[in-house]
Amino acid sequence: MDTGGAGYREVKTVTNHDRQPQGEPGGDRLLPGSASLAVLLIVFIILSLLTLFSIMRGGTGHVASDAGGTKAFSPIDFPEIDFDRELMPEVADGGAADAEGTYLVRQSLAYEDYFPCTDCHAEMEVNRERRQLEEMHDDIELNHGPADRWCFDCHNPDDRDSLRLANGTLIGFDESYRLCGQCHGTIFRDWREGIHGRREGYWNGAKSYLLCAHCHNPHAPHFQAIEPLPPPVRPQFLRATAEEVHDE
Amino acid sequence: MSDADRDRANQGDGFERSVDRRALLISTGLTAMAAVSASVAGASTGFVERLLRTRFTELSPERKAEILADLEREYSERYARTVTVADTPPMDGVEFAYGLDIARCVGCRRCVYACVHENNQSRDPQIHWIRVLRMEKERGIELAESTAYYEPELVPEPDAFYLPVACQQCRNPACVKVCPVKATWQEPDGIVVIDSDWCIGCRCCMSACPYGARHFNWTEPTIPSAELNPDTHYLGNRPRPKGIVEKCTFCIHRTRKGRYPACVEICPVGARKFGNLLDETSEMRYLMREKRVFVLKEELNTRPRFYYFYAT
Repeated sequence: MDTGGAGYREVKTVTNHDRQPQGEPGGDRLLPGSASLAVLLIVFIILSLLTLFSIMRGGTGHVASDAGGTKAFSPIDFPEIDFDRELMPEVADGGAADAEGTYLVRQSLAYEDYFPCTDCHAEMEVNRERRQLEEMHDDIELNHGPADRWCFDCHNPDDRDSLRLANGTLIGFDESYRLCGQCHGTIFRDWREGIHGRREGYWNGAKSYLLCAHCHNPHAPHFQAIEPLPPPVRPQFLRATAEEVHDE
Repeated sequence: MSDADRDRANQGDGFERSVDRRALLISTGLTAMAAVSASVAGASTGFVERLLRTRFTELSPERKAEILADLEREYSERYARTVTVADTPPMDGVEFAYGLDIARCVGCRRCVYACVHENNQSRDPQIHWIRVLRMEKERGIELAESTAYYEPELVPEPDAFYLPVACQQCRNPACVKVCPVKATWQEPDGIVVIDSDWCIGCRCCMSACPYGARHFNWTEPTIPSAELNPDTHYLGNRPRPKGIVEKCTFCIHRTRKGRYPACVEICPVGARKFGNLLDETSEMRYLMREKRVFVLKEELNTRPRFYYFYAT
């Protein structure tokens, strides 16, 4: 695992020929002068005093003042994150006894704001031209695969409430994974086996899973960067916070 | 006075003195014990009694139930809410294993805080069972060069990848071997557990663990009552006292009832996998069959149940 560890360190061998004669030949000063000794001694004393002071002060090591890990955070500091994660009622009911496993999809996709699409599109004439969308859906930025990707590669122009596979099969939005699986076959297989994507519930029973579009925006599927939660407290600051607790 | 008399007197003196000393020792000892037990008992009901019992695995079911009820009463009182302490046994034919996809992990630390929330770790001084290490893509897995204190605006950073490390639930656990009082052991389902009533806080296990997975309660842990998870297990997330060691238990209170661990469910990228190694259809078996899998510090022969893998 640790590939870089076994280093091929250069070993310098010193042969007798390389060795310089020590001291002046015939000279009586084999040791450095007392002045340089005194300087060395002073430097040594200063360094050891500095170390001693930093140890006594409970030194914070080489931590920059703006580096992470100086303050302790707790889950309650992040109310925007749901740490309790209630199960879907169907999954909770199924429980561990559900040996076959109930597989349910959490339905909370963004398209719910628009769905059903036919509310608007039933009355509209189909415009198959590639163009910049202006009046509606102008927030959609296509960044998915080849540049010539267009709406009707996936959406069904004749009935907008369904999606269309490459072979013409019409599917519902709740089966969108079949559409994604046309190109992303290996990931689709992993997802089906529970390796790609998240599952919640019972490892030996009912569980809920997510569709591709829950995590990946189908129009620009690259996973968006998120804000990390703060780092742990460094040991040297841990003690300080504990002492504060005791002072209270 | 003859020599013989003097000898007898001396002997008598010596005898009396030794009696005095013994009495003194006994009385001071008793006083000290009484004082200690009084103060300890004052701190938590039934604590002294639990100190005098036999080890948890050797208790009769009735005695176990009594102890659990005691604990429930104690915690409910301390946190002013209903706390349950279960001792759910391992399931037959189940051996847990954990998978973590380091090609997916973005290092967001949601798992770290979900774990604290679920397992009642001390908020201050802070204890985290999961530590996410940031490493350079260019250098690969280089533990010595990694940092846990990264703090960028957004993750993942383009030049880094992340390796969360918690207890590896080894099949050959060094921590269990070194424990002088057998307060930590491996359960039949593979979870290495700690009996925090039995732990003496010597921290030998912490120095034995090559993964830094064990953590010590240097002071009395603080958990605000409102933040306590009241669903606890005796060998897992029940509130711990000061001076004992704690670590990840694969969320023993959840997984023994069939639930996924909390870190699996919170992971926003679904990098965390959990399942039964003995079930051929489980997620764990699939990933071990199909993916490139490795364990941390394989050369130490700890044989972890925690597998890192690359899904791509």
